[in-house]
Amino acid sequence: MFDWRWDFTWQILPRLVIATGNTLMAAGFGYAIAVVLGLVFALAQRTPSRTLTFVVREAVEFIRSTPLVLQIFFVFYVGPQFGLRLSPWTAGMIAIGLHYAAYLSEVYRGGLDSVPKGQWEAATSLNLSTTRTYFRVIIPQALPPSLAGMGNYLVGIFKDTPMLSVIGVAELMHTATAIGSETYRYLEPYTLVGLIFLAISLPTAAGIRVFERWVRRKLGLS
Amino acid sequence: MSYVEFLSQYGDRILSGTLVTMVLTVLAAALAVAIALAAGLMRLAPNVLVRGTATVYIEIFRGTSLLVQLYWIFFVLPLFGITLEKFTAGFVAVGMNLGAYGAEVVRGAILSVPKGQWEAALAINMSPATRMRRVILPQALLIMLPAWGNLLIELLKGTALVALIAVADLMFQVKQINGTTFLSAETFGTALIIYYILARFMITPFMRWLERFMLRKVGRV
Amino acid sequence: MTDEDLSGFPLALEGPDVPMVSFRTVTKRYGELVVLDALNLDVAEGEMVTVIGPSGSGKTTVLRMLMTLETINGGVIYVDGKPLTHMPRNGRLVRADSRHLRQMRSNIGMCFQHFNLFPHMTALENCMEGPVHVLGIPKAEARARSEELLDMVGMADKRDQHPSRLSGGQQQRVAIARALAMRPKVMLFDEVTSALDPEVIGEVTNVIRRLVAEHNLTMLMVTHQMGFAKDISDRVCFFYGGRIEEQGAPDELFGNPQKERTQQFLSAVKEAN
Ligand SMILES: Nc1ncnc2c1ncn2[C@@H]1O[C@H](COP(=O)(O)OP(=O)(O)OP(=O)(O)O)[C@@H](O)[C@H]1O
Ligand SMILES: [Mg+2]
Repeated sequence: MFDWRWDFTWQILPRLVIATGNTLMAAGFGYAIAVVLGLVFALAQRTPSRTLTFVVREAVEFIRSTPLVLQIFFVFYVGPQFGLRLSPWTAGMIAIGLHYAAYLSEVYRGGLDSVPKGQWEAATSLNLSTTRTYFRVIIPQALPPSLAGMGNYLVGIFKDTPMLSVIGVAELMHTATAIGSETYRYLEPYTLVGLIFLAISLPTAAGIRVFERWVRRKLGLS
Repeated sequence: MSYVEFLSQYGDRILSGTLVTMVLTVLAAALAVAIALAAGLMRLAPNVLVRGTATVYIEIFRGTSLLVQLYWIFFVLPLFGITLEKFTAGFVAVGMNLGAYGAEVVRGAILSVPKGQWEAALAINMSPATRMRRVILPQALLIMLPAWGNLLIELLKGTALVALIAVADLMFQVKQINGTTFLSAETFGTALIIYYILARFMITPFMRWLERFMLRKVGRV
Repeated sequence: MTDEDLSGFPLALEGPDVPMVSFRTVTKRYGELVVLDALNLDVAEGEMVTVIGPSGSGKTTVLRMLMTLETINGGVIYVDGKPLTHMPRNGRLVRADSRHLRQMRSNIGMCFQHFNLFPHMTALENCMEGPVHVLGIPKAEARARSEELLDMVGMADKRDQHPSRLSGGQQQRVAIARALAMRPKVMLFDEVTSALDPEVIGEVTNVIRRLVAEHNLTMLMVTHQMGFAKDISDRVCFFYGGRIEEQGAPDELFGNPQKERTQQFLSAVKEAN
């Protein structure tokens, strides 16, 4: 029953390791987009413009309520219909970045809302400018409560990268499937992919918890 | 082709896909809730072995991707003599994955029932099992309902992946239609809207109703 | 609100005895609720005025309007002769823009009931933040001055501690130093001892006593400590329902209150202690 072949394992491992690089790159790029765009979404909902707040709010809800894999297809295939061709990587990064930006904007919103009103008032009483208040007073305090959520979504985006395989991004899952269809062996490639994911996401999650405590201490919050 | 023509031609397939998605969601949700309760309680068990089993399960399913789990269950499990039909493999993978996330929600909710409740139950000499069933779980259920609302939406979204092992759900149908018509905006756009409607106008209101229902039941309106 | 008639209000207060703070028929509403009803109140330069009154009578609101944390619905507030809530434009008063508010706010400092120190900054950093980044004072100079102020409030040895490591009384003393570091002409104290344990209230009131004795600051203070108010105020205002019901020198107001509501309030407070 346990028909595990080690020679085959060693043979395919290099290809999987290279693909892991692509997976990490996809997660990294996607996360960078999400971190910045998420902040834009969160701050847009704090502007006095009700229309802007409403539109961004609804867009975030929509993105959060629909499947990422469908969004990936949508971004990749709808462009060409209107004469705009996107490479799998570009389409994938837009879709995954946008998807997680919606999630991160909620994390930021929670963090910003958790800063007590008195902090804004103290900043006003010291005549600090709005920019200075945001960057020196509010964001440093909004950050620690956001870190856990930000960390979760970093691991989350990493685990969602296999969906990029559906439009042909050569990440781990795509490579494992290719190996499977070439050799008709699925046990080793798919199991290895699972192990690689575990080996990266578990330590990352633990590392994030340590980092979170470190930041709190660094800011003198605990 | 106008959108109305598109709908009249492909509406049936989209509708049947939607129904399959809904059935998948219900079955996966039932499995997820059962697994979450079991694993969540096991995480709090005094026995190291029981606790360890639950922890390993949760870490494996939260530490890897749903897609990896789905492929593993569908393509690799048969090599161990367990062959699941694709529909079954689909909802089992989704249910097991979300069950692992749900287990942490269950555990958190149980732990956040105030200490006084545990002590009060002890004071009237309840056995641990009775205490959990009669005092702690009913209160924990209320605490965890909002989190389950989000989990169920994640679960609905997760079912879209079963299209990749050719279960004929909504995602699968629109992918097929797109393959023959190349009307990507119409096909994928329609599916996005249907998923949105299922999430926001069925799951969310249902969970709200359930919350109110539970609140009434424990007499806290 | 915008087409309000302000023609009766001068563009600036002039003359020999211009008050440091002047509320002219100031009205404040929250929806239907009228919190302050055409309030008139002048505070002279160097004067210490204490505001007392029952909960919800609008005491905090008076201070918050002066700190520009609340907008006003009617009337004009002047600080040092210049309008605070409004500004002169083409020979008439219009609502102050943010630039005017920023300029005028530099005259005023405030201490809050719950301190509102910045938790991620040390005591010294809290005090230096405004001087360095708002007033543009060189770091070394701001540091020297902040250390001096922390020394004055008896917190020199804790200057590198974060607020989470300080007791309430210590935090409030740092908050006073932080406000003073901006060199305001007017200081506002809103129940600065209400969130403190009884045994540390003295630390904070002693600092305020010193300020009154040694500095020529104009101060407006809300407090529930009648003994302290009696000791240190030049004048006490009793607020009731958004108006000044009675005001006068502390000896008169506490010793011989004229209005029935004042008498009721004072005897109720006395009973509670
Ligand atoms: N943001 C707000 N929205 C609505 N009403 C408010 C708001 N802030 C204050 N109020 C109301 O204004 C009135 C005056 O409040 P204020 O805080 O000035 O009272 P106070 O005299 O300081 O009372 P206390 O002694 O309890 O601090 C109260 O009735 C209060 O409920
Ligand atoms: Mg008050």
